[in-house]
Amino acid sequence: MQTILYIIQKEFRQIFRNRTMLPMIFGVPLIQMLVLVFAATFGMKQIDMVVVDKDLSSASRELIAKFDGIPFYHVTQGVQDEKQGDELLLNSNADVVMVIPANFERNLVRDDKGQLQLLINAIDGNSAQLIYAYSSRIITSFNKNLIAEWKGIPEFTPPSEVIIAESYWYNGELDYKWYMAPGILAILVTIIGMFMSGMNLVREKEMGTIEQLNVTPVKKYQFIIGKLVPFWIIALFDLAFGLFIAWLVFDLPIVGSLWLLFGMAGVYLIGVLGLGLFISTITDTQQQLMFVSFFFMMIFILMGGIFTPVESMPQWAQAADRINPIFYFMKILRMIILKGSGFFDLLEEFLSLSFLGIIFLSLAIWRYRKTT
Amino acid sequence: MQQLKSFIIKEFYHIFRDPRTMLILFGIPVAQLLIFGTVIKSEIRNVHIAIYDQSKDETTLRITNKILSSGYFILDENLNSTSKIESIFKKGKVKEVVVFESNFGEKLIREGRAAVQLIADASDPNMARLVTLYTTGIINDYIRKLHPNLQMPMQAEPEVRMYFNEEMKSAYMFVPGTMALILMLISAMMTSISITREKEFGTMEILLVSPLRPSQIIIGKVLPYLILSIINAFVIFLIGRFVFDVPVTGSFILLMLETILFIMMALCLGILISTAAKSQMVAMFISMIGLMLPTIILSGFIFPIENMPEILQWASHIMPARWFITIIRSIMLKGTGLLFVWKETLILVGMTLFFIALSVKKFKIRLE
Repeated sequence: MQTILYIIQKEFRQIFRNRTMLPMIFGVPLIQMLVLVFAATFGMKQIDMVVVDKDLSSASRELIAKFDGIPFYHVTQGVQDEKQGDELLLNSNADVVMVIPANFERNLVRDDKGQLQLLINAIDGNSAQLIYAYSSRIITSFNKNLIAEWKGIPEFTPPSEVIIAESYWYNGELDYKWYMAPGILAILVTIIGMFMSGMNLVREKEMGTIEQLNVTPVKKYQFIIGKLVPFWIIALFDLAFGLFIAWLVFDLPIVGSLWLLFGMAGVYLIGVLGLGLFISTITDTQQQLMFVSFFFMMIFILMGGIFTPVESMPQWAQAADRINPIFYFMKILRMIILKGSGFFDLLEEFLSLSFLGIIFLSLAIWRYRKTT
Repeated sequence: MQQLKSFIIKEFYHIFRDPRTMLILFGIPVAQLLIFGTVIKSEIRNVHIAIYDQSKDETTLRITNKILSSGYFILDENLNSTSKIESIFKKGKVKEVVVFESNFGEKLIREGRAAVQLIADASDPNMARLVTLYTTGIINDYIRKLHPNLQMPMQAEPEVRMYFNEEMKSAYMFVPGTMALILMLISAMMTSISITREKEFGTMEILLVSPLRPSQIIIGKVLPYLILSIINAFVIFLIGRFVFDVPVTGSFILLMLETILFIMMALCLGILISTAAKSQMVAMFISMIGLMLPTIILSGFIFPIENMPEILQWASHIMPARWFITIIRSIMLKGTGLLFVWKETLILVGMTLFFIALSVKKFKIRLE
């Protein structure tokens, strides 16, 4: 026990006297939380619409006014033909071009049908779909007004209609920041756990100081515990720090139990640290370690459901996620923080994480050799 | 010249004899591109829902069938009270509960209107919005088909065309982004680390006292990565073209030239980082924090720049990847020429010159 404490003490000293590491430990969570959470949003702020009005009638003007009246839309008029509209799409000055053909009003009155065109820049499919959904909603409402005003019917009611009420639980205003903040926290804790622990050990290898440690009477398990505990503490500390910032800046509600949250994080970190350590046993230099960890991190993060829903992935990818610790941790964080899920709701995730933790750690201990 | 040649050969040996570095150089781009192309989808599919049907008549059953046969949703559970909603949301699997009011079918026929409530788990806001949007669409579509002959008076009907990406493939978004990310990673990160490594081990000293001039050392360090990056860019184009059907609509030569320009810029950035960093650890953290994450998040790769707060939009201007992504999206997907991207190109050229000037100023040929 005494020996382990000494090793831990040594590690902490080494970490804290390194001037470049300190800002990393405190600065990285701060920057990540502030910059990335604000930046990572699918919620659109503004739609740039260019109108090509060839009809110049009161109906077309009314439609344009309808779009213009919505602060969300930034409407540019005065474009004469489609060609010019196409050009604006090409150089990304417009998200959508609305073309109102000549005779729009005449067709509306005569045939009860007025065609118009929406040309949407669809390189970003997600935004394009939203633009389409918003724009058609506005046109539907324009239609309703039109019927009321021109035909004198106060409100047109179809013969049967379903009234759909939507309610959004746990995040009533659909604030994307509440969704991203736990995600960024998960990345943060993982980076600290996996990179720093692995890097630390490989550094001793590369510098040759590992030999000195190997010839001491320190036992294998003592050495590994001594190497892991400091980073376990730092990562948990960073989690707390990040949570605090998220609570302060984004009003992130923490519905569930903090004890449960940190308990789960503790279990998760054992696995991640074990993995970091394992990678350090199969690499010789910091550069290699970094790239191998990076490789795994990237796959774990992208498949873990931080940015995109796991349900949308193909079956094989969902099956592969069973061994992805970030996948579980991500779920746990969001469920505890936003929904207040309890331990029994998370039993499956807890068991899987514990299982992964045991495997990664045993792999690391098995691969670690005191002799070279 | 002979010296430089043997120095470059030495650098190549360094890279090639280490299979782990090779794995990173060629494994990451391929793995990442394949993952992005097949796994990362922001549209919804197979979302688990629960239904609380208080009327259980023919109409609600038909609507339920319609919802479930759409392919977007899977029925997880039939509820029989509202009190269970909270507990199933907390388990996390079910994302939406559809609640039909009692006597739904009867009300729809007699009064002409009936109510449905869609309760979504908005802990994932994007998903919640899409899920309710899709369900609403399905229900409305069902109702509309009840009256096929109904002609609404005076309808403006939008006809929609999705430009540049008719099938709305997400690969169109991700291939150019991945490209920027990979090139940034390999060019800037690898060079900065390989130069700092020499410093950390003290072998830089040996290089400096050799007859090689500093400029030759830099060229020797950078050239292998330049070649590897170009090969990588090529591989990415090939995978994009043949696996994901992402076309190169514009001029391929222009695309390659712009890519080489971007690689040069990233290499110069790598050199600059190496002049500032004392150890590999520091170089790595600067590259990670300063390059990787901003390149993923601030360049418009996944999240559109227009959605960001004003300050971050400004910050994105100093991200070289932002300009490069604009350039290659224009050339690959929109098929535009230099005329449309000269401004972005000029910015990249400017950045390259700036990095070169700064590193020349900071490069020390003496030890401290």
